[in-house]
Amino acid sequence: MSSKQILNRRAFLKVSTLASGAFLIGVSYRNNSAHAKTESDGSTWSPNLYIRIEPTGSITIVSKNPEGGQGIKTAMPMVVAECLEVDWNNVTVEQANLDDRYGRQTAGGSRGTPDGWDDLRIAGTGAAYMLRAAAAETWGVSIDSCQAKNGNIVHAKSKRSLSYGKLASLASKQTVPPVDKLKLKSRPSEFNLLGKRIPGVDNKKIFTGQLSYGCDTRLDGMVYAVFQKCPSFGGKVRSANTDQIKKAPGVVDAFIVEGTDNLKGLMPGVAIIAETWWEADSARKQLQVDWEKIQSDSTADYTRQAEALSKQSGETLGEVGNVDKAFDTAHKVIESQYYYPFVSHANMEPQNCTAFQHPSGKLELWAPTQNPKSGRSLIAQTLRISEDSIHVNMTRLGGGFGRRLTPDFMVEAAYLATKVNRPVQLQWTREDDMQHDFYRPAAWHNLKAAIDKSGKLTAWENHFVTFGSGKRTVSGANLSTRHYPAGLTPNTRLRQSLIQTKVPTGPWRSPGHSAYCFAFQSFMDEVALAGERDPLEFRLDLLKQRHGKTDFDTERAAGTLKLAAKNANWGRAMGPNQGQGLAFHFDHGGYVAYVAEVTAQESGQFKVDHVFGAADSGPIINRSGADNQIEGSVIDALSTAFLEISFADGAVEQSNFSNYNLLRINQAPSISVDYIQSDNPPTGLGEPPIAPATPAITNALFAASGNRVHSLPLGKQGLYI
Amino acid sequence: MSEITLKINGKDRPVDVSSDMPLLWALRDKLNMTGTKYSCGIGQCGACTVLVDGTPMRACITPAASVAGMNITTIEGLDPEGEHPVQRAWHKIDVPQCGYCQGGQILTAVSLIERNPNPSNDDIDAAHSGNICRCGTYHRIRKAVKLAAQYKRGGAK
Repeated sequence: MSSKQILNRRAFLKVSTLASGAFLIGVSYRNNSAHAKTESDGSTWSPNLYIRIEPTGSITIVSKNPEGGQGIKTAMPMVVAECLEVDWNNVTVEQANLDDRYGRQTAGGSRGTPDGWDDLRIAGTGAAYMLRAAAAETWGVSIDSCQAKNGNIVHAKSKRSLSYGKLASLASKQTVPPVDKLKLKSRPSEFNLLGKRIPGVDNKKIFTGQLSYGCDTRLDGMVYAVFQKCPSFGGKVRSANTDQIKKAPGVVDAFIVEGTDNLKGLMPGVAIIAETWWEADSARKQLQVDWEKIQSDSTADYTRQAEALSKQSGETLGEVGNVDKAFDTAHKVIESQYYYPFVSHANMEPQNCTAFQHPSGKLELWAPTQNPKSGRSLIAQTLRISEDSIHVNMTRLGGGFGRRLTPDFMVEAAYLATKVNRPVQLQWTREDDMQHDFYRPAAWHNLKAAIDKSGKLTAWENHFVTFGSGKRTVSGANLSTRHYPAGLTPNTRLRQSLIQTKVPTGPWRSPGHSAYCFAFQSFMDEVALAGERDPLEFRLDLLKQRHGKTDFDTERAAGTLKLAAKNANWGRAMGPNQGQGLAFHFDHGGYVAYVAEVTAQESGQFKVDHVFGAADSGPIINRSGADNQIEGSVIDALSTAFLEISFADGAVEQSNFSNYNLLRINQAPSISVDYIQSDNPPTGLGEPPIAPATPAITNALFAASGNRVHSLPLGKQGLYI
Repeated sequence: MSEITLKINGKDRPVDVSSDMPLLWALRDKLNMTGTKYSCGIGQCGACTVLVDGTPMRACITPAASVAGMNITTIEGLDPEGEHPVQRAWHKIDVPQCGYCQGGQILTAVSLIERNPNPSNDDIDAAHSGNICRCGTYHRIRKAVKLAAQYKRGGAK
């Protein structure tokens, strides 16, 4: 953990020191002292890239990462405010655009919080130190006698006080303190602001319709575009009736885009440009394209291949102990197959991007992206232009969940902008969005476990039938041999078989984990019950076994399980047709456990009555934001357990919320959340809460009904809510 | 194309539209009022909800011409200062995650508490079941609608 953080800090430094004119309190590991240069025009002081202090004393804090509902734009500035010792109500938060001086600017991997923790505490604490130094100089007293408090520097002995605004100019001339002189707050007991429930900084704009998402960008003279790609992935355009389309009302232009072979880049298709989006989309209804399809993948064929591959042994990716022998000598062997389908991200804001090529040649974009840097790089490569000529404005995202890590929509808009001499907004339809996603891959897990007479787990095998291209798994389709229960079981083996696919796949909220955890934690229940063990005790005992290294802290994992169980009063007498289920998981540095309570009818209808969540992700930065991620993850997990993306003739069969129907409010459970706030550095919560939510619910379904869910979506098992 | 007059948030707005252009696109592309969101285009998700004479309507499937002269309230017109009881409750409970669906959720709640001063969970579920929230803020929407109703009744501040 610590070595990783030092590396991040180094990268941060490298980028910032390369930039000219910028001031940053950086950390130099060579001489272990901080260095900085400040920017000041005499009135406003910018002690670093993250903070600007106005003469009025109001503070602007810059948020560098994309905001898509994960709450980073509120949480990270809170860290700065905490360390700068300012009143949160006096703080204005500003969204950064893509700027290399900030280093990583990505919403992904739940890394925003752990990466920002050190840098932002240093930024805030360092600026406060320099303000104290300025006050000390003014008053001719020692810096140690000057305290930063609520936007002022206070000298307690003489009862003098100066506001940050008044000190800003002098503070900018102070020597920058070495980082080791800064005392960084790290424990919940030291926080004034962190850990409180702070509403989102953009709330008011959201509630008054003033917040601009990518698709809300409006520029003078802007035109609107739709882009029709081949429904069958990768198909090319032979011909299209663009001459007819050009005559449709409002249409400015229509043309074929030759595109590239990169499924994650500029694909072939037909663009229609019009004065309003409605006119572009209306014209599209008359569009006729002769496609040259390059593949015909289908779910039916995948399923046939999976059945055949499941009977074979696959490639062994790793084995610890002697799994075959353990099965031969076992008291009991348990076997099950689990399956989950492809799913889509279904962001509420369909993919879109606005672009304009200025007469100077500069290409400017307004992009709802989780990864602006990769978008810029893809555009530069595809259009063969310099990255320096591309400027990316980062708008808020109407949901991300991993979809917006892939910047295909950015390169499409950029290309269109080079063809149209006006600003152009490319807006995908819902159908485009659902049928040209980067899907979470389906998989089959052929699981086999052995227990001894006491019910203890002695062997665990997973034959993972997943998707690949050649000999490699496709994006989002790989598993590690180090995953739970590795290190806790004397004999483990991971075998893998690949089904070849031409369907684009990609990261979906907690990639891998959010999928396989359903299989592992469901099967773990089966194994516990086969040995007549209580699922909670079985898991806690397993966490105490030691057979090599685990990739997580077993005590922290046990802590979350115990907390969820305690809050749910695990094992209490339940009503008729009601049951409790539990599951836990570790990913992206965070530990989360759930106890779900479900009431199930014989008809297959069930209701999730309540879900108790327990998390250990270090100190909580914004309690409201943290709760929101966990509550949202439970809903997301239950919603996704009913969803499926299927393929026929190389194309997606689902098209809109009519046949990919997300969970509705009347189907949503009530949820309560609790935390273990350890002294460990904080981790993000965008991803860790989702993986264990699905199996907690399906385990509860089993407890309520005796119906073990081996296959998703739930609707195909006759289950509904 | 023909010019119609839309009465939006109390103001008459002349707009030149084809007879089939949905209200959503008249608002977004003709009047640059982007608070009303596009998401499904088939009336399934409620992101484009506006109030027409106080009733929630799906702007993506409502021709603009069909609501000419009627009182249209968009999220921009609720209370630009954010002091409507529903807006205050939404802030207090901190409902949004990405926020994209929330304009539609808020207008749905406004209409609900106009009709029902003390909605139950079932009432809230019935009113909001046409509004999808992909981030999963349903739990908080229930709390916020109840708080908004309380504010409106003159209860807790």
